[in-house]
Amino acid sequence: MADFVMPSLGADMSAGTLAAWLKQPGDAVKRGDIVAVVHTDKADVEVEVFTSGVIERMLVEPGTEVPVGTPLAVILEEGAATPSAPVAPTPAAAPPAAAPPVAAPSVPGPGVPAEHRLLISPSARQLAHELGLEVDALTGSGPGGRIQRRDVEAAAAEREVAPQEAAAPAPPAPPVAAPPVAAAPAAPLTPAAERSAAMRRAIAASMSRSKREIPHFYLAQTIDLSRALAWLGQENLRRPVTERLLHGALLIKAVALALREVPELNATWEGDEVVRRDDVNVGVAIALRGGGLVAPALHHTDELTLEELMHSFRDLVSRARAGSLRSSEMSEPTITVTSLGERGVESVFGVIFPPQVAIVGFGTLVERPWITEGQILPCPVVNASLSADHRVTDGHRASAFLAAVDRLLQEPEEL
Amino acid sequence: MNPQEIRQSVLEALSDVAPEADPATIRTDLSLRDQLDIDSMDSLNFLIAVHEQLQVDIPEADWARLQTIDELVEYLGPRTGG
Repeated sequence: MADFVMPSLGADMSAGTLAAWLKQPGDAVKRGDIVAVVHTDKADVEVEVFTSGVIERMLVEPGTEVPVGTPLAVILEEGAATPSAPVAPTPAAAPPAAAPPVAAPSVPGPGVPAEHRLLISPSARQLAHELGLEVDALTGSGPGGRIQRRDVEAAAAEREVAPQEAAAPAPPAPPVAAPPVAAAPAAPLTPAAERSAAMRRAIAASMSRSKREIPHFYLAQTIDLSRALAWLGQENLRRPVTERLLHGALLIKAVALALREVPELNATWEGDEVVRRDDVNVGVAIALRGGGLVAPALHHTDELTLEELMHSFRDLVSRARAGSLRSSEMSEPTITVTSLGERGVESVFGVIFPPQVAIVGFGTLVERPWITEGQILPCPVVNASLSADHRVTDGHRASAFLAAVDRLLQEPEEL
Repeated sequence: MNPQEIRQSVLEALSDVAPEADPATIRTDLSLRDQLDIDSMDSLNFLIAVHEQLQVDIPEADWARLQTIDELVEYLGPRTGG
């Protein structure tokens, strides 16, 4: 028997709201399956299960906010039952004594509404909830009939029009004296504005903690990208448009490989000590439309080919902006890469996302006079910066890391 | 395809990438990057969406200099039988 608990999806997350169940009691699940959607201040996140087995029962109802670590469901682990066997309650199904209190009443076994089997994006589900729309009544325009935000917005717009059309002509209203002019109460925030405000609060909490607790130090290095860009240009010439690479993919891969060489930076700071990680999961800072950012992980970044990395990167950006990130992507980055070069910024001095211990910033590509073999030539260069936690590492190792990134980018065909 | 059809296809491709953009307010003679919050990933996705709409594979070097809707329509015309 295993508990499926409210995950921690960020250093400052103490609680989350269960937005929806995507499975129901009796469903077989395997490690990595998405079973629920959790709403946090930064995003709606699809939560994976890390145990294979059969869901025995749900413990928390959608719409309930519970602390991180609260059991949300009980899973009968593989070997303890077969998916086809009827699930019989056993004494072992009782919540463990040490479990945190569950803030919601238990959900009866078959009580998962049919709506949770609809194809609907988490952000669309959230918007429907905010607008008071029944998701069952919505029609999806996405792939396979998936309901998307635009479908919810269209349904909301129709709802605004329908009552006016359906209503009988109203009798002329009696004249009413105009109320005295008074200061109008503040208009309630729109759902989008509320989401934006919640996002800013989450970022504020995380970044304030970072600057309060982490003794940052900063290094920067200018990197010659002429070889990398020449290789990339040739490479993209032979690729179909759907498989082209962005130079950002090379930068991310170089960071991932450099972490193997300087493993001190592939770590998290937990409690009062540094915990080194075996897997290299590079987080990528993604700006969201409408403001805010998230920094989910590209899992096993060092092991991905550039094709795989590019595919995963595109998928991650797309899902981040659609509100379909997964819990493991939010909780497992060990370092973050951010690029602010799109608008011409040359240097980035990043703030570390706790509990990570470093962030790498890339600026814009610029042409600079560069001395190569005694000749001054125009050369495309990028400024790479590193903000690192001085509790964990020092300038000597951090400079070795930036030097490794530089060296790796001089051999792009090896990335 | 005539220019009007190409323009419509390009705008549809753009709506996949920047769904919040109102086609009615986009200036066809100004840089899309300057009008919309488009980054390099959006730009690549736009390129792929144009390819899927019109079956035209635009080389990277050409894509880099195509900044406006008008420039795209003009470029795509002869490549779509227009």
